[in-house]
Amino acid sequence: MKYSKLEFSVGCFMLAGIGALLLLAFKVAGVSVNGQGESYTLYAKFDNIGGLKVRSPVKVGGVVVGRVSQITLDPKDQVPVVTLTVSRSAGEFAESSTAVIQTSGLLGEQYLGLSPGFVDEDMGIGMLKDGDTITDTQSALVLEELIGKFIYSIGDK
Amino acid sequence: MLIDMIGRLGRQGVAGITATGRAGFMLFHALVGRPQPKKHFPLLIQQLQVVGVQSVAIILVSGLFIGMVLALQGYNVLVDFGAEGSLGPLVSLSLLRELGPVVTGLLFAGRAGSALTAELGLMKATEQLSSLEMMGIDPLRRVVAPRFWAGFISMPLLALMFSLIGIWGAKLVGVDWLGVDEGGFWSAMQAAVDWQQDIMQGVIKSLVFALVVTWIALFNGFDAQPTAAGISQATTRTVVHSSLAVLGLDFALTAVMFG
Repeated sequence: MKYSKLEFSVGCFMLAGIGALLLLAFKVAGVSVNGQGESYTLYAKFDNIGGLKVRSPVKVGGVVVGRVSQITLDPKDQVPVVTLTVSRSAGEFAESSTAVIQTSGLLGEQYLGLSPGFVDEDMGIGMLKDGDTITDTQSALVLEELIGKFIYSIGDK
Repeated sequence: MLIDMIGRLGRQGVAGITATGRAGFMLFHALVGRPQPKKHFPLLIQQLQVVGVQSVAIILVSGLFIGMVLALQGYNVLVDFGAEGSLGPLVSLSLLRELGPVVTGLLFAGRAGSALTAELGLMKATEQLSSLEMMGIDPLRRVVAPRFWAGFISMPLLALMFSLIGIWGAKLVGVDWLGVDEGGFWSAMQAAVDWQQDIMQGVIKSLVFALVVTWIALFNGFDAQPTAAGISQATTRTVVHSSLAVLGLDFALTAVMFG
């Protein structure tokens, strides 16, 4: 079947529109089809996650190695559980690694900072595997709480 | 004197209401009826070409410049707070939620709406519409309906292209020229933009604008005085009314969607 030039240009137009929708969805809204590349999952429990959000970056020494994929509340302990998706290319982390919720700049976005720990086979510290939980965590610094503590400490004097 | 004024007001009110009614009837009769895909599909393609494809250039160029200027102005304010990382969300949200649908609506009214009105008005002035009726062809189904659907289909697509090229323009200025970090630009944008909340709401907005703009354009053409002055008046009315309708409806829709 032959198509006229007109039909062809209209077809291109419709394709461009649909293409724009898809590009916006994937590139701008970040809808992902099963992530990019190989990755594995780690869990971390905190007392307070502050302003950490799903899709916040996970950084090691400032380098983004993954994203926060889920934030839930542990129904037993009633503490937040953060699920991290870490890219395989960043390698594995020791079980003594620490997860800290940090802020970029004074008022910027919050992210999850991982500091790699050490491996000591005598003490039974190995590598974190897929699905493991990071035990050594440090909660978010909530500016309002800090100011509150500061004001109370002045009042005590 | 007073009676004169009240009388004039009343006449204008009645004229306005009957025009709205006629417009509703026109749209209803154009759209409702047994679909004849074989006959009407080629007409639709033809109109998609005129209304949609030929508007792509103006949409792309203005989208690019609007994105670039947003990035430039946004950067100047944000850099004072060290928050230039928020340039991505600023540009993408304002484009997807507001500027994409609204500016596309305004440009579409000027570029395609006025052309539709003038075309229909001239058809009426040269009695082409009456001739169609003489031949037993309903001009509403044959002339108005394909133009309406063409506008309704092409405007959301144009609005999406507008937002996309605008974001690309913002990336050109923000990242490549002003030196905002590229990773931060995209990741902050992806964290802030939600598929359903932002992109789909923008598409719904542009669908509403498409309906209103093409409807106003077609009705003004169909209802024009069949004289040269009448057609020019109708074309002006199309651009003025549809621009006002787009801006007013945008406020109403924003108030409903984003509270």
